[in-house]
Amino acid sequence: MERIDPRARSDAYGSRLNRSHSPLLANVVPWLSIMLGSLFPIFFIAAALPMVPPLGFLMLLGWRLVRPGLLPVWAGIPLGIFDDLYNGQPFGFAIFTWSVALLVVEASEMRLPWRAFWQDWLIAGLLGTLYLFSGWLLSGAPLTSASLAAIVPQLVLTILVFPIISRIVARLDLWRLWRWKRL
Amino acid sequence: MAPSSQRRSSYSKRAQYNLFTGYIVAGVGALLGAVLLGISFFQPQLFGGPRGAAQDAASPATETVAAARTGSKSLWDSISGYYRAGSKNAELKREMELARIRLEEAEALRQENVRLKGLLGLQEEERKPVAVARLVGSTASSTRRFAYLGAGSEDGVTVGMPVRSPRGVVGRILETGSLSSRVLLLTDSESVLPVRRAGDETVAFAEGRGDSLLRIKLINLGINPLKVGDMFVTSGAGGYYPPGIAVAIVTELTDDGALARIVSDPAATDYVAVEQIFEPDAATGAQTPIEEELGD
Repeated sequence: MERIDPRARSDAYGSRLNRSHSPLLANVVPWLSIMLGSLFPIFFIAAALPMVPPLGFLMLLGWRLVRPGLLPVWAGIPLGIFDDLYNGQPFGFAIFTWSVALLVVEASEMRLPWRAFWQDWLIAGLLGTLYLFSGWLLSGAPLTSASLAAIVPQLVLTILVFPIISRIVARLDLWRLWRWKRL
Repeated sequence: MAPSSQRRSSYSKRAQYNLFTGYIVAGVGALLGAVLLGISFFQPQLFGGPRGAAQDAASPATETVAAARTGSKSLWDSISGYYRAGSKNAELKREMELARIRLEEAEALRQENVRLKGLLGLQEEERKPVAVARLVGSTASSTRRFAYLGAGSEDGVTVGMPVRSPRGVVGRILETGSLSSRVLLLTDSESVLPVRRAGDETVAFAEGRGDSLLRIKLINLGINPLKVGDMFVTSGAGGYYPPGIAVAIVTELTDDGALARIVSDPAATDYVAVEQIFEPDAATGAQTPIEEELGD
């Protein structure tokens, strides 16, 4: 059989013979990748403008929209606490906004159970815009029109980077469910 | 992808309760976040401890990346230095000659200063920096402009100390962890710094705007005496910063002052120095509410 088709006994997640998924990877990868997304922006020195898109939030939306049913609705609480340690906003901002965002996605999923990618992108773009705007509103500093104008480049980047994020999430998901373990 | 069948919880009471509990927990989480957010508006320093510990935990990674970043930047500088090297070299030589003359004049002025101060009986001790460290990161995705510094309370850094680079003021320490600390940059919209124009006594406040510029607000209103290209330095008022450190250069005039660009861009600096608070008594005095002061 293998001589006719080398992939006869395998599927998208590798060979089905004598192999099994790794439960550790399958459970840890989504959470860890979102936490790495939260950590990533601190490596840049941005003195003038907020330049880096909120990658932790985008990874959260990516996992939620690309892989519905994987993250629980309450995932915004532990992941938000971690994000709040690094994001520079007043503490509690990410816990609040991430929980609300997951509830909003849940509600939109009831309306649109079957979605094309552009609908996912629309939802992520709208939520990203609201997230950045509320980040400006709830930053704890005096509100100036200059700092509102300063988030525009970041907003454009945030919307444009979502397709890449969802590709990364899809690849991580494939990797997460790969049959690594030899039986 | 279509939602999984998890939502269609069917007749299983257990599945229905699980789903319901998830919504309740998420709602409670949102409320909890809102309450914490409200608390940290009034007590911004309350969660400094966990944030400092988290920053310390990340510091091996951030230190490594900071070292690589400054290394790659100097490599890039040396490559781009070859571009139009000849004309640049001639220009630099001309500038160098002028600078040498100015330096001699400055030396003469310094000696005169020492003589005059000696006449007045003023003495100046040498100010040594508390710590010298790299800026290891910043809150690059937030509206706030904070940077992280690779030195903390173990190096003697405390809250309020000024941070400067060889070019000028960078900001001041806001929170300290044991190995790292958080710096409020000049461009943050909560940062206010008393400044004066270099060369005369035009005093003003330099406020961050949240974008790359500072807003210079003159204290004496009247005819705006500023010109594009004016340099502002710290005035020493408030007690945190020593006087005479470069802050910003005016780029655009407004009704009540000007907009200015910072001299020391933190993204372009390699090492920065943390210095002692200039006049600790004045700094604490400025923070004490006047009722409390009169009450004693």
